[in-house]
Amino acid sequence: MKRIFALVLVAVVGILLFSGIYSMEGFPRYGEAEVSERVSMSYIDKNVTRENQEVVFGVSENLETGSANIVTSIIVNYRSFDTLGEVTVLFVSALGVSLLFGSFEGRLRSRYKPNFILRTGSKVVFPLILVMGAYIFIHGHLSPGGGFPGGSMIASAILLMYLADEDFRVRIDDFKKTEGIAGAMYVLLGLVGLMISNYFLSNFLDTGTVGTLFSAGIIPVVYVLVGLKVGSELTGIITDFLKGEVE
Amino acid sequence: MIQYAGIMLILIGIYGLLTQSNIIKIIVSLNIFELGLNVFIISVGFVREGIAPILTSVNNHNGLVFVDPLPQALVLTAIVIGLGTTALGLAFARSIYRQHGTLNLDEIGGPSNG
Repeated sequence: MKRIFALVLVAVVGILLFSGIYSMEGFPRYGEAEVSERVSMSYIDKNVTRENQEVVFGVSENLETGSANIVTSIIVNYRSFDTLGEVTVLFVSALGVSLLFGSFEGRLRSRYKPNFILRTGSKVVFPLILVMGAYIFIHGHLSPGGGFPGGSMIASAILLMYLADEDFRVRIDDFKKTEGIAGAMYVLLGLVGLMISNYFLSNFLDTGTVGTLFSAGIIPVVYVLVGLKVGSELTGIITDFLKGEVE
Repeated sequence: MIQYAGIMLILIGIYGLLTQSNIIKIIVSLNIFELGLNVFIISVGFVREGIAPILTSVNNHNGLVFVDPLPQALVLTAIVIGLGTTALGLAFARSIYRQHGTLNLDEIGGPSNG
């Protein structure tokens, strides 16, 4: 009975969605979006507040953001306040997880012992994953990736160590400190921008040449901070989930 | 096409949310819902023959046809928040299991009907 009712409801919602979306005036058909008529075009041309000028990889200097990855320039420059809120949401959920697991003792144990290859191989792979994670968040303004994927990769390296070694423990207090310092630095950077150019999180550093590592002003700095924060936060979540013993 | 697939995933997610009573399955349904929504938002900005919105030494100037970067930026935010809600939901699931010994919402007895 419940299932039939749910099916009817889903069918009604589906018909409403399909008819509502595809009869809407101005909704683009799939693959025919007119980017040049949208606000995104000024993000691509980097002319939100400045005059129109040509952007050429490796040549143009002192642009509005100087980030070769346009998605990154939106996330960490034009809509950086949004990212600060996003990082706060992640922090609050990590806090909630650690509150819920506060009364759990000990550590979960797998029914199977980690074998020799996993134990030895993880020690070889662990530093490589850490370096790859750091590479991804340092190069967030040049290549796909950024602080969030890089941070998740660092947390995945810690998860691998937890799976490979039953007695492995991270010093979780150090991760908590890293997280707090990185988050506070992000807000401080925003306040420095407020002091120098009158709005919060403005890009006050020199933006350099598009496509070089030291370019894009505060974008790489913010992404390193976000990477460290997300990495330590996810490590905290993983550590909390491994608490508790199964009877 | 991809856009219809996104809407279908949204509908599957809603169906799961309405019918399932196991907490883990509810969280999985929520994730399917979210995935469909993300696929739909990304598909709104898709341009046929468009390239990824990253300047490289090959695609090196702003006159090329790029895919709309704004939906991608918004979806990145949505993915991270989805991760946060999923982690919190799973933490609730474990603490409910410890308190009641079951993950099925129908089997949890309150003080009045237990």
